[in-house]
Amino acid sequence: MTEKITMLHGSGGAATGELIQHIFAKAFDNPVLAGMEDAAVVAGAGRLAVTTDSFVVTPLFYKGGDIGRLSVCGTVNDLLMRGASPEYLTCAFILEEGLPVDVLSKVAASMAWTAKEAGVTIICGDTKVVEGRGGLYINTTGVGFVPGGCDIAAANARPGDKILVSGTLGDHHATILSARLAVENEIESDNAPLVEMVSAIRPFRVHCLRDITRGGLATVLCELAEASGRAFSIREDKLPVQAAVKDFCGILGLDPLYMGNEGKLAAVVSADDADAVLAAIKASRYGGSAALIGEVKEGSGVTITTAIGGRRRLTVLQDEGLPRIC
Amino acid sequence: MTIDEVKDALAGYDGRELTLMEVCGSHTRAIAEYGIPGILSPKIRLLSGPGCPVCVTPSSYIDRLLEIGRQPGHVITTFGDLMRVPGSDSSLSEAKSEGVRVDMVYSPMQVVTMAAEEPEKTFVFAAVGFETTIPVYAALVDCIIKKDIRNIRLLLSLKTMPKVIAHLMEGGAAIDGFLAPGHVSVVTGANAFRPLAETYGIPFVVGGFEAKELLLAIYDLVRLQGQGVVKNDYPSVVTAEGNPAASELCDTYFTPADALWRGMGTIPGSGLLLKKEYRRLDMGSDALLSDHKKNAACICGQVLMGKKLPGECPLFAKACTPEHPQGACMVSGEGSCRAYFVYQR
Repeated sequence: MTEKITMLHGSGGAATGELIQHIFAKAFDNPVLAGMEDAAVVAGAGRLAVTTDSFVVTPLFYKGGDIGRLSVCGTVNDLLMRGASPEYLTCAFILEEGLPVDVLSKVAASMAWTAKEAGVTIICGDTKVVEGRGGLYINTTGVGFVPGGCDIAAANARPGDKILVSGTLGDHHATILSARLAVENEIESDNAPLVEMVSAIRPFRVHCLRDITRGGLATVLCELAEASGRAFSIREDKLPVQAAVKDFCGILGLDPLYMGNEGKLAAVVSADDADAVLAAIKASRYGGSAALIGEVKEGSGVTITTAIGGRRRLTVLQDEGLPRIC
Repeated sequence: MTIDEVKDALAGYDGRELTLMEVCGSHTRAIAEYGIPGILSPKIRLLSGPGCPVCVTPSSYIDRLLEIGRQPGHVITTFGDLMRVPGSDSSLSEAKSEGVRVDMVYSPMQVVTMAAEEPEKTFVFAAVGFETTIPVYAALVDCIIKKDIRNIRLLLSLKTMPKVIAHLMEGGAAIDGFLAPGHVSVVTGANAFRPLAETYGIPFVVGGFEAKELLLAIYDLVRLQGQGVVKNDYPSVVTAEGNPAASELCDTYFTPADALWRGMGTIPGSGLLLKKEYRRLDMGSDALLSDHKKNAACICGQVLMGKKLPGECPLFAKACTPEHPQGACMVSGEGSCRAYFVYQR
């Protein structure tokens, strides 16, 4: 095996075969993938959830994670937000020539480890090589099974429902920005698969779930309010934000409400179940700093009551945001 | 007085109607973000003045930057907030997608490193700002001169605060008090506003940027109405005399000049240019005398002068949004129109 990816690794011939065996088959080892067929044949379910996502984050490795872990978490979490149990992942790699092979190995190992944590099997994949400067991009498609009777959707919020977030805002975004600006701080990405958390709250009356990614909590809540045709009202003093992230945002003039996470969700739940759901999230892995932040009312739009008692409307993200955070 | 008592006093104010103006982009943004207008009595009206540097930069400045950027071997370097400001027909952001090299920086001193790495290119720094950032540009000029760097030039749009406030008042603006800019005052000192306070018989209160600091400053403006005094409510950072070292550095390299303010016209002595002996570093800042609106219906100038509110503009939230700004006040995170749009102030 050479040290760097060359155009030859994308030929479809011997070098491609060697790369697949050496890196991917080894990392993602399972009987379905080992068959090396044109398509994977797997057991199915009554209702399937399907989603796809591409990952272009830079840098490839950052505090608390890497593009490999992200590419599993992002897709797994999207399946979970419809109440599905994630089962299978496919992955497609686009490699730029010059990429060190050991970087690819580390990314594959990270994907394998995260897939194991999330309980999903990587059942097929593809590799292409293009000219470039050693970059790496990953697409993953996920398939999950939706349990009978489960109906979690953006349009389901009802007046009286409570709004929860599963933890501190902006961690992933602040991590990536710190790395790009070469700022040393204690902030780490929260990229994580939320399988355990969603399993714990699925038995309750959960109406909407969204993972808080690009655009941040404000954008997510605007989308849910719009889809449901309801007004969302939240309180600034209830929003969990780490002190280090708050300080970092203060210096750069950023608002944690508009910064992305990769392991946090917003949940809209029946008022009667809100305390139980909050307790279940807090008891689950990655949910320790969860909080109840507001409620759903008749009307439209999202309003925040500020810490000093003022009120303002929240809109979806208006800026370009930070490119390539996921 | 506790913060709740301040809030109650501001909510319950029932005296004569007051119009107060802030002239600092960070104040504009903070006031909107904290939802402060919703706390005040309807008899206290807050207006945003010309405090956002990007918003008062004339279109000819952007046009000149684009002209320079299209010359072979030239790189434009700028802070991010200038990227989408419309010139006569294009912005830096649009030019970048057409192949003009525009590099965003977080500090002007980054340009020194960039210029050393690519000595064959000429780096032009877009220096836009008020007293707050002018010392940083002076430090860049100081570095260029002392290290004899040959491939950095500047295009300036530098403006000073007291002159524009006098211009507003002379123009007949009915303003009962100014929330004096916190960051500008760090450099100029709170006393810089004393002549204005005394001339026009209205209070100037220097305020900080936290919600409590802003409420306190507004409370003092209400309390001191009718008095030509300066009060410093941001004493942890602002002194009466300011920062003499920063002022001295600015005086070394810059000299007062007439300046063109977007939508407001030329105000004598309200800007700064490089002194004659350093003018060789300049890319034509003294010749930026025209200001074309991208959209004739835009009322940014009247908004900046406190004569109209953003919502009174026929373009507001229709043709003019943060995605498709028609005027500079909708571009910057500190612009009045942007603050009204994003925070529904």
